[in-house]
Amino acid sequence: MVGMKLPELQKKLISAARMQTVSDRVPYAFEKRVMAYIRSCPAVDVTALWAQALWRSAGACLAVVAVLGAVSIFTPHSQPAPGDLSQDFEKTMLAALDSDYFR
Amino acid sequence: MERTEAELIAAVLRGDAASFEPLVEKYSPRVFATARRYARRESEIEDIVQEVWLKAFQKLVSFRGDAPFEHWLMRLAVRTCYDFLRGHQRNRESMFSELTDPEEDWLDRFVTQPESANENADAARLLIERIMDQLSPPARLIITLLEIEDRSVKEIAQLTGWSIPLVKVRAFRARAEMRKLLAKMAKDKYL
Repeated sequence: MVGMKLPELQKKLISAARMQTVSDRVPYAFEKRVMAYIRSCPAVDVTALWAQALWRSAGACLAVVAVLGAVSIFTPHSQPAPGDLSQDFEKTMLAALDSDYFR
Repeated sequence: MERTEAELIAAVLRGDAASFEPLVEKYSPRVFATARRYARRESEIEDIVQEVWLKAFQKLVSFRGDAPFEHWLMRLAVRTCYDFLRGHQRNRESMFSELTDPEEDWLDRFVTQPESANENADAARLLIERIMDQLSPPARLIITLLEIEDRSVKEIAQLTGWSIPLVKVRAFRARAEMRKLLAKMAKDKYL
């Protein structure tokens, strides 16, 4: 590696790549082949894909709703504990609107 | 009378698929030249170009017409080439021990007399192809667009869909990756 100047080598190789001309040759009757390929591929129906995705997500949403409904129906309701964090939080947030608070 | 590009595109969008053929005929040379920068085997190049045209046909409805069709098509082509690179990441193992005699001679000449190592030599082209083949897909894309095709960062951002800062970061990493590969090549050869 002694004597190998890497930045200079990099520069030389990049300019070698720049000097290389890239062919733009197109194979014979390529456009006919492309058109046949395009015609053979089924067209993408965006609306159908969107409707399909919506139906799938609707099924999943219904399942979640059913599970949550069942949980709320079959879970015994209990009074919130005196030190319930959610109650305290709600009280603090609504303190400004609660007129009793200022009396 | 020959139809304009806008008329052809409008006809395709109305369901006349045959109107797409003149566009394929006109722009295929440019798409082939782009694809040849990223793939070597002719069968792979043809597959890439075919894929570009299929995508162009399917996404033509998203072409708004505020920029030339060619620009829109070239963005599709560059992104398809990038997908191709990502899908063909195998065989990127370093193979510097397999340098050909002309490549070795060119490197020896570069070490002894750097100015006498001609950039126009076939060996130099083979060496850079070897290096490019071993770069990661983003590095190869960036080096090709920025260093070889001499495009601006803004142009690259438009072509790739990356943000300008991301292009700059990837360019920095790509140059570092290339230097690392060159160092490895030098080490394999001279140590």
